[in-house]
Amino acid sequence: MPKDSGIGASSKRREDIRFLTGTGQYTDDINVQGQAYVHFLRSSVAHGRINSVDTSTAATMPGVVRIFTGADFEGVGGLPCGWQVTDRHGQPMQEPAHPVLAQGKVRHVGDPIAAIVADSASQARDAAEAIVVDIEELSAVIDMKEAVKDGATKVHDDLTSNLCYDWGFVEENKGAVDEAFANAAHVTTLELVNQRLVANPMEPRVAIGEYNRANDESTLYTTSQNPHVIRLLMGAFVLGIPEHKLRVVAPDVGGGFGTKIFHYAEEAFCTFAARQINRAVKWTSSRSESFMSDAQGRDHVTKIELALDADNNFMAIRTDTLANMGAYLSTFAPSVPTWLHGTLMAGNYKTPLIYVNVKAVFTNTVAVDAYRGAGRPEATFQLERLIDKAARELGVDPIALRRQNFITQFPYATPVAVEYDTGNYVATMDKLEQIGDLAGFEARRKKSEANGKLRGLGINCYIEACGIAPSALVGQLGARAGLYDAATVRVNATGTISVMVGAHSHGQGHETAFPQVVAEMLGIDENMIDIVHGDSSKIPFGMGTYGSRSIAVCGSAMVRATEKIINKAKKIASHLLEASEADIELKDGQFSVVGTDKSCAWGDVTLAAYVPHNYPLEEIEPGLEETAFYDPSNFTYPAGAYACEVEVDTATGKVTIERFSAADDFGNVINPMIVSGQVHGGIGQGIGQALLENTVYDENGQLLSGSYMDYAMPRASDVPFFTVDHSCQTPCTHNPLGVKGCGEAGAIGTPPAVVNAVIDALHSGGHTHVTHIDMPVSPSRVWSAING
Amino acid sequence: MTKITMTVNGKSASGDVEGRTLLVDFLRNDLHLTGTHVGCDTSQCGACTVHVNGKAVKSCTMFAADADGADVQTIEGQANEDGSLNVIQQAFQDHHGLQCGFCTPGMVMAAAELLKNNPKPTEADIRHHLEGNICRCTGYHNIVKSIMAASGQDVSAIAAE
Repeated sequence: MPKDSGIGASSKRREDIRFLTGTGQYTDDINVQGQAYVHFLRSSVAHGRINSVDTSTAATMPGVVRIFTGADFEGVGGLPCGWQVTDRHGQPMQEPAHPVLAQGKVRHVGDPIAAIVADSASQARDAAEAIVVDIEELSAVIDMKEAVKDGATKVHDDLTSNLCYDWGFVEENKGAVDEAFANAAHVTTLELVNQRLVANPMEPRVAIGEYNRANDESTLYTTSQNPHVIRLLMGAFVLGIPEHKLRVVAPDVGGGFGTKIFHYAEEAFCTFAARQINRAVKWTSSRSESFMSDAQGRDHVTKIELALDADNNFMAIRTDTLANMGAYLSTFAPSVPTWLHGTLMAGNYKTPLIYVNVKAVFTNTVAVDAYRGAGRPEATFQLERLIDKAARELGVDPIALRRQNFITQFPYATPVAVEYDTGNYVATMDKLEQIGDLAGFEARRKKSEANGKLRGLGINCYIEACGIAPSALVGQLGARAGLYDAATVRVNATGTISVMVGAHSHGQGHETAFPQVVAEMLGIDENMIDIVHGDSSKIPFGMGTYGSRSIAVCGSAMVRATEKIINKAKKIASHLLEASEADIELKDGQFSVVGTDKSCAWGDVTLAAYVPHNYPLEEIEPGLEETAFYDPSNFTYPAGAYACEVEVDTATGKVTIERFSAADDFGNVINPMIVSGQVHGGIGQGIGQALLENTVYDENGQLLSGSYMDYAMPRASDVPFFTVDHSCQTPCTHNPLGVKGCGEAGAIGTPPAVVNAVIDALHSGGHTHVTHIDMPVSPSRVWSAING
Repeated sequence: MTKITMTVNGKSASGDVEGRTLLVDFLRNDLHLTGTHVGCDTSQCGACTVHVNGKAVKSCTMFAADADGADVQTIEGQANEDGSLNVIQQAFQDHHGLQCGFCTPGMVMAAAELLKNNPKPTEADIRHHLEGNICRCTGYHNIVKSIMAASGQDVSAIAAE
């Protein structure tokens, strides 16, 4: 029987009520008394020298309060990068300055040049049109292969080249890897592009800066996944505002997918300007601005090779990747193609030798950073496409080749520096074969063929590293932050509970799932527990939500804090029940003395804690509130197996997804309904990447896909119902809940399954010359490949 | 500035607007009905969907002045009189048809129009009707399921939670 409350129950989401009735409070729904509005005048060229910015006419326009340019930010800090990668020669990456408003040069379309603050948003927009900007347009460098050539135009004049870093991993393995390739019975090679995507949470970014001169306090309301990270970066590195004078609030946030992790110029501007003009300043991004100012994702060009022995065992993997950083280093950009990518290159397989080379490159494009999966989709895509190609070259079944090379013993130390604690890849593959009815595929293929369509089956396995991350380890790898999280459990006198958490919910349902854990531990109704998140003045210092870390890291902190609550509550109960603390048992919200009929209720103990008339004041303090910080000892390693069936219309090249099945191992699951929803969403985005989405710049750096008219977001009619399963559960061994995280799996596991299916379909129709099609696998690309 | 008056969720509402003021901005900024959202600037995403004289309309694509005298329904007016969720809203909660909630008001309003005209839509009908509403969170699985459930159809055979 499914549970109806606590851990493992599909509790309905309590946050839905406000979202379904229009009473959610997103940042743009907040208006501060007397606020002004800012409009950013952005560069229309990808690369240029700013000769002058004439604001004289604009400054006299109706409602204009003040116009800011780069000159106003001289002496103010630039936007910091939170991760320093060391290259294969032991040198730190090249790290350019990133001013809040452009100074001297613009480096991508959308780079902000001036900020017009006015009484209304439309007045600010009107005045922007009266600003005269004299920009000397320079040649732009867009293509990464061109950018790394000698003599290429430099994005940053003060750097030696456009190469941010040349990273080798594991550098010491390189010789052995090359030797394995020299001795291989078979080598499969694949060159591919993992195209640039725009994350596109449906809520565009918004920021409101507020300043209270009476107490010198600033407040920033912002669309963030991690308000404390923003407070630290903006306060300490950009504006020099002491943290105790800076409050960052991220209220209801309409999706993040990574792109709302980062500290952006606009939020720093609003906070800065509010102090300058002593008036709140609000910015609401248009979708068009989102396309040219939100950090984008992926954008790798890769060559990958697999060496196999005569028995089809994987011997070695070698990769060579160019990773686009865009024009500036966004907050965590350098970590994505390196530590979140190279460390996953073993996948689910016991490949003894791996060498990953990544060259990160500056171009005159919008900055690139983490987007759902962040590095792990790129690793999985190249590896799983490669294995599929190898199976085809060797004439073996792609599932059998995977099974043969699966890691089966845990813990497993990979040759790329991580240790998988648990997993069962055979079980998830077995489950996939069952839920996807793979045995019935051939019959479905015949039916499709009878309808004039080619049908293909694509398989994919993935592993990801979640629960980010052990602070000491990431510190060694270049992170400039810790990656623990924190929770405060505040029990009220009447027994209700507020849990203040560092994680941030922007669609993940924390307000429902987190109380399920505390309710289970205490044996009380989950509706007695509320979650508080998203306000640095209310919550302990936590690192926020990304990398599928919320329940694994912050949830663990919440468990630790709740354990402290239970320990103290038992002391109080032992006093009330006049029994030894060791004999007190907490079950179903009742404290009882083991072996007797003596008991008291949860509420009796909580009341005693706050009304300590009969209370052991000599031994313990009144009150019942505990905080815990939790720093994970390892990553978590969710894994799974996905199957996609497509139909291809060879006359048009159109691909349709006919069936999609996902068997995931997330360890223990708190709320199965929410977990399934996370997988559905990831699959949707993965299908978007595989078939539809592409971020296109022309050779001059103009963003051609700058709106939903040109950037193809997946719609309801582009996807089928999905079959998802997470009953294969190998609990994480090192966190108290045994959870692994589920937020990114779908986006990681889906694209290779779709592309593998398309290639399979084409081969079934005799188009065996087609060994790869780059994403998005659009009708024109498929048609061209067939007729190529 | 033009003075306009309309009926919003059954109540008379009026205000002074510029000719260029969009209906969505009038609803959000003047009437403080912030449940209607703006997710794009090209009439693609549907987060701003409201009903004007009984038809689903993208309120970012209509001037407020053009709605003068109209009967407008927004997400804030959809719950039952006692404040409980209506059938569509309840189905969305029951079947996890929303995550971040930003597209949700538009989805609910689009679904309401569909079910008014097509009380028992097929899966294909629903997916087609949602062509103008983008969701980035759910992969549409549970939105389609929620709308089927709201129409009284048995969705127990549809995979997963």
